[in-house]
Amino acid sequence: MSKIKLSADKLNTIKEICASFGNKSGEVINVLHQVQGKFGYLPAEVQEAVAHELQMPVAKVYGIVSFYSFFTMQPKGKHPISICLGTACYVRGAEKVLDEFKRQLNIPDGGVTPDGKFSIDTLRCVGACGLAPVAMIGDKVYGRLTPDKVKDVLAEYAE
Amino acid sequence: MVKLTIDNKPVEVAEGTTILKAARQAGINIPTLCYFELAGMKFENKPGGCRVCVVEVEGRRNLAPACATDVMEGMVVHTNSPRVINARRTVVELILSDHPNDCLQCEKSGDCELQALAVKLGIREIPFKGEQSTYKTDTTLSVYRDMNKCVMCRRCETMCNKIQSAGALSGVNRGFQAVVSPAFEQPLGESSCINCGQCVQVCPVGALTLVDNIGDVMKALADPKKTVVVQTAPAVRVALGEEFGMEPGTIVTGNMAAALRRMGFDYVFDTDWSADLTIMEEGTELLHRVGKVLNGEKAVLPQFTSCCPAWIAFAEKNFPDLLDNLSTAKSPQQMFGAACKNYFAQKIGVKREDMVVVSVMPCLAKKSEVARDEFKVNGDPDVNFSISTRELAHMIKQFNIDINDLPEENFDSPLGESTGAAVIFGATGGVMEAALRTAYEVQTKKTLPRIDFEEVRGLDGVKTATIDFEGLPVKVAVCYGLANARAMMEEVRGGNPRGFHFIEVMACPGGCIGGAGQPYHHGNSDIIRKRMEATYREDAGKPIRKSHENPDIIAIYKEYYGEPCSHLSHEQLHTTYFDRSKKIEAE
Repeated sequence: MSKIKLSADKLNTIKEICASFGNKSGEVINVLHQVQGKFGYLPAEVQEAVAHELQMPVAKVYGIVSFYSFFTMQPKGKHPISICLGTACYVRGAEKVLDEFKRQLNIPDGGVTPDGKFSIDTLRCVGACGLAPVAMIGDKVYGRLTPDKVKDVLAEYAE
Repeated sequence: MVKLTIDNKPVEVAEGTTILKAARQAGINIPTLCYFELAGMKFENKPGGCRVCVVEVEGRRNLAPACATDVMEGMVVHTNSPRVINARRTVVELILSDHPNDCLQCEKSGDCELQALAVKLGIREIPFKGEQSTYKTDTTLSVYRDMNKCVMCRRCETMCNKIQSAGALSGVNRGFQAVVSPAFEQPLGESSCINCGQCVQVCPVGALTLVDNIGDVMKALADPKKTVVVQTAPAVRVALGEEFGMEPGTIVTGNMAAALRRMGFDYVFDTDWSADLTIMEEGTELLHRVGKVLNGEKAVLPQFTSCCPAWIAFAEKNFPDLLDNLSTAKSPQQMFGAACKNYFAQKIGVKREDMVVVSVMPCLAKKSEVARDEFKVNGDPDVNFSISTRELAHMIKQFNIDINDLPEENFDSPLGESTGAAVIFGATGGVMEAALRTAYEVQTKKTLPRIDFEEVRGLDGVKTATIDFEGLPVKVAVCYGLANARAMMEEVRGGNPRGFHFIEVMACPGGCIGGAGQPYHHGNSDIIRKRMEATYREDAGKPIRKSHENPDIIAIYKEYYGEPCSHLSHEQLHTTYFDRSKKIEAE
């Protein structure tokens, strides 16, 4: 027998969310969406618990989590940075902006700084193409970015 | 019915038929790679992903995958136009662009469907140089994974989830990183894998292969200090011939015994002998349980068979609350090992540690079974190594022996004599029928009016029957494919409403004859059917067809074990099971 441990709070939250979808395996994407909304990320033991509640193989749950870029197994930073690589942003130099964020924070795309303050992700279009290239930090949108503006943007979050 | 034309041939097929199947009906075999079907066994894998089966349909702009496109009235299909041939070649060249070019050393060489396609299409160069995967290889005790060779056909995933309901494998990640893997890309051995090995049996390439134990056996044979004993499972003799160019369903029992002797095994014995022993123990256990219930005492019913190690692992991982329903009788492989290393070693004056027991099995799960701690004495396993039918064929070839040329020889005594009841252990329903033959006669003390129990034979995934034991109706069920077993277990968990007494489970399609260690059937279920027919032919030709009439079985009880389910037989021939389930706990 192997045991998978979770805090009672977390386990209850997972059970409640699964139950709200009738514990149906067909609802797994919706369940994962809500669970990630609560915990910020989907570590292995959380996926195990979801699989258990929905009575489906955890391999299938992981298959879904690893397929959709929205789902993450890593906790995000306190200030999650999302850089748009949609067509408009891309042609206006979003990749160079992304590279500068990576260089400044010394983390890869999808990574989190060791102090947990920032994380970098990319996405496709936030609907602000007129401001291209665009990045978001938390809910705040930064438009017309260039690599040399990155340092100042990050400085806004100095504590 | 729908009328269409394929390669200028008029074809008429039922609505809903795919172009692939319609073409087969017209005698045109469109090449495939990911597509896989076991006709009549409810296994079909058609993700439409590889695009090898593309065909040209007049009036359609794009080529259509034949496996996933239904026929339409008046359709005009070309399976070999220059456009199709060119596209098919390009598809295979692209698949090969990130495939390791190590065919010479690959375990699948000669049996590889991608290799066969490359030969068929005359691929002479790979014009694309693609990125290469760099997955670490991974191994359980039975299955070896090299995902760098995976072509994402997902046959293994379908087998693992739909047929076996083991849920160990899933497609994970996306794009070039997409691969079939256990959860969190953990080692397969730490997943819910039960080592049935059916993923290996259906893998078209060398991504999933068996754990090769030929070297271990060769080493033992070369060691003059070791007495090397071999046992061969019932299903091996009806399939081994295929590896030597014989028709499927050819019985090679005698030639196989001769080959094993020429390879240097000191004693050539038969797992069929211990299959008869299994029936004595398991049948007696069943009669004890049923007898108790008839007397108004408590006993756990239905009893499930315990011969199949993949099934045992499945029950331990998924149904820890029902382990008492499993017969405590060891599998024939392990009964043989225990009897050989205790009774026989003592009889010939060989020390246990100087004896090496090798089993030849149609199975990959048996490799994991031999390693279970319960089957060891002071660290020494009752069965040292288990090799598959395919490994035996490779060994025979390495010894430069062609079994076509060998005379038929008998097994050695005293662990070699067997009955027809043991032979049929290899097919789904066989263990049930063998048990019924003995249980009926032991219980009623009458001779069976008919020895053949047709109602438990055949390739249906689930079979049920009620057998009249002179006024006592005995309700039995037989299933293969662990998804079928799961449904059966859930029914039992729900109170056994159909009142079954005895249920046989085998993991593999058609039973052990369709085992993962058997020659690759490449989706041809006729091969499995022919092995099954051979099994019943061999049974019908045996002078003795009931386990309790096997003279060597009668002798070993008289000389050593006393009686079935005696104290000594409980010590040596029975086992216990463990809760290996996953529990989610709050802390």
